[in-house]
Amino acid sequence: MTVHVDIVSAEKEIFSGLAEMIFAPAEMGELGISPRHAPLITKLNPGEVRVKVSETESYPFFISGGILEVQPHLVTILADTAVRAADIDEAAVLEAKAKAEEALSDKSGKIDFASAESQLQQAVMQLRTLDRLRKRGG
Amino acid sequence: MAVGKEIRTKIASIKNTQKITRAMEMVAASKMRKTKDRMQATRPYSVKIGQIIKHLAHANPEYKHTFLVPREVKRVGVIVVSSDRGLCGGLNSNLFRKTLGEFIQWENANIEVDVCTIGSKAFSFFGNLKVNLVGQASKLGDSPHLHDIVGIIKIMLDAYEAGNIDELYVVSNEFVNTMTQRPTIEQLLPVVAHELDENLSGHWDYIYEPDAKEVLDHLLTRFIESKVYQGLVENNACEQAARMVAMKSASDNAGNLIGELQLIYNKARQAAITQEISEIVAGAAAV
Repeated sequence: MTVHVDIVSAEKEIFSGLAEMIFAPAEMGELGISPRHAPLITKLNPGEVRVKVSETESYPFFISGGILEVQPHLVTILADTAVRAADIDEAAVLEAKAKAEEALSDKSGKIDFASAESQLQQAVMQLRTLDRLRKRGG
Repeated sequence: MAVGKEIRTKIASIKNTQKITRAMEMVAASKMRKTKDRMQATRPYSVKIGQIIKHLAHANPEYKHTFLVPREVKRVGVIVVSSDRGLCGGLNSNLFRKTLGEFIQWENANIEVDVCTIGSKAFSFFGNLKVNLVGQASKLGDSPHLHDIVGIIKIMLDAYEAGNIDELYVVSNEFVNTMTQRPTIEQLLPVVAHELDENLSGHWDYIYEPDAKEVLDHLLTRFIESKVYQGLVENNACEQAARMVAMKSASDNAGNLIGELQLIYNKARQAAITQEISEIVAGAAAV
């Protein structure tokens, strides 16, 4: 008896196919999932996921954490693309905020850009008017 | 012969411009293929996580996550996804116009707005408006990674959990085909209920490990992240497609312009020759 397994990460599909058993590093300890397992959702730790396709053949995948969902005939592993931890996420937040503030306070470059653009627009309008006058004259 | 010197230099300069636009068109075409592949590569994840969320809507958890419960709207968060570079036709301006339309509706309903931007164009547009900009990410390149945008998503999720915003939207371009990109606004939070799947009806629930709150927290965060990431990758493909089309029409226009100028130049040249001949003939007749 087999169960359908999908392993995907946010940036690509890693594995899709039938398997006899799946081993995954769940947060509460290593899990082995056989077909017709009860519905289960758990977080995964960084580690090795092993998909046993047959008695002799099995594929190992390294994941840096993620989520495992089990339905009786379907096992889905959502792998993270990078090691994630609360403090790393927090650092990313600070960085994004700092970037916004920094760029907002740096008005000098922005104003120059805006005034240059308006000057350009005026020049274009003048040229267009000149063109029209010339046509009328000629 | 010094006839039409200005016209000839003008033709030469337009030819140079045409060379540039043609090169940009070809670069955009090859990049579009890559960004489209990348867009397709991210699809399985968002399909799968969407499925799990759908399953979850059928389960009967005792714990209701805040991300799933709608509440009265006083303030909304918007993540605007744009390109980093210009010269891609009306791609960004169409998107911003649509976003501003929503902003006006919210303003009329007395709802305040927090904005996070992805991409330089959105930043320079919304940075100059009087909106509350809470975070930005730009210069992500053609192959953005999920961890580049984790920060701004977490800003919004934290704000939602703290009750500072009551709804979260993402605004980005949808890739319909090479010629068509559609600006779309999608609601991320609270997570919209999915249509029911008959196979899963009945009373059942997952086994949650370690516990429901932690797993749902994690899962829903990933779900939102994948939605925004999908939007970003799709917007990238849109950018290249729009640039390709814009540059193609620019090259075509340059070609037309050159044709017209060439005609004017030939006419002027012929007129000059005719005039010279008639002058000579008139001079000879006078002698």
